[in-house]
Amino acid sequence: MTEDHIDGNAAGGALSDVFAVDLTAATGQCSSCAQSLALAEALLYTQAPGLIARCPGCEEVVFRLVRGPGRAWLDMRGMTCVQFELADS
Amino acid sequence: MARAKILGRLTWRVATVAAVRDETSSARTIVLDVPDWPGHLPGQHVDVRLTAPDGYSTQRSYSIASAPEGNRLELTVDVLPDGEVSPYLARVLSVGDPLEIRGPIGGWFVWDPEKPEPVQLIGGGSGVVPLMAMIRARETVGAQTPFRLLYSARGPETIFYRDELRRSSENGSGLSVTYAYTREVPQGWERPPGRVDASLLTQITWAPEQEPISFVCGPTGFVETVADLLVSAGHDPARIRTERFGPSGGGS
Repeated sequence: MTEDHIDGNAAGGALSDVFAVDLTAATGQCSSCAQSLALAEALLYTQAPGLIARCPGCEEVVFRLVRGPGRAWLDMRGMTCVQFELADS
Repeated sequence: MARAKILGRLTWRVATVAAVRDETSSARTIVLDVPDWPGHLPGQHVDVRLTAPDGYSTQRSYSIASAPEGNRLELTVDVLPDGEVSPYLARVLSVGDPLEIRGPIGGWFVWDPEKPEPVQLIGGGSGVVPLMAMIRARETVGAQTPFRLLYSARGPETIFYRDELRRSSENGSGLSVTYAYTREVPQGWERPPGRVDASLLTQITWAPEQEPISFVCGPTGFVETVADLLVSAGHDPARIRTERFGPSGGGS
């Protein structure tokens, strides 16, 4: 494992552009190795044109978020069954 | 798990620099006045955005150093020699200047003052910043939660918040502070310079049986090493929260 990653926690700001709840404390399952993880625990790579988060267990990609002028691309197929606290409405 | 905070989508807001304070020869605390700041949890961070006159814009994440307190917010920024953002924040930014921030961010690396379990804080270099927010929040709310801080730094001259840490650890409230120096030690220091290792961790951290929650923050290599040592020592990985800064320090 290299040292050029940080924690998924650092993606909180970018994710807050998209989601109305804090997703860093959300938990889910890696669709590749089935490990349960909080988004904050993912290995986050920021050197690419976007944010790439990988599973701390198997290092497969769990989500990708890319921003372009006036738009965003979000791919979360690597993380299933995302669970987060949500106040009853 | 810390309670998730429902904030709605975050927007950028303009803070004003209310004061600046040197911490070391390369690090500075920036006190921000943020209108309508919603408050934060100890351990959370903000994103800071700088925009050049030609429209080029770049952003970095910085941990909040202060306990929640009205519209005031403190960040401590250490200069990275090749940094794009940190030299401006730590050397150029002055009182009265505006600064664009977005936050508070993060619901994972946060301490909940209502939780009774002992807290182990382990920081490497500027990784102490969010841990300081937890120490300050503990003091602000008058919590008696047992706290231990292990603070690893290159040498005594690179320690942030030294006087405040001394006061807080000597007031009998149950905070203990241990310094571990990696390159340079004060005269007569009992331990030669070196990285945090298994024996030091065993000596000064809570035993796994006491079921502490551990917060580990610092450069990526430091965090990986410490987290692995804690797990080897028998700590439950689910009770270890980490925040990595990257190869060499906080943000850039």
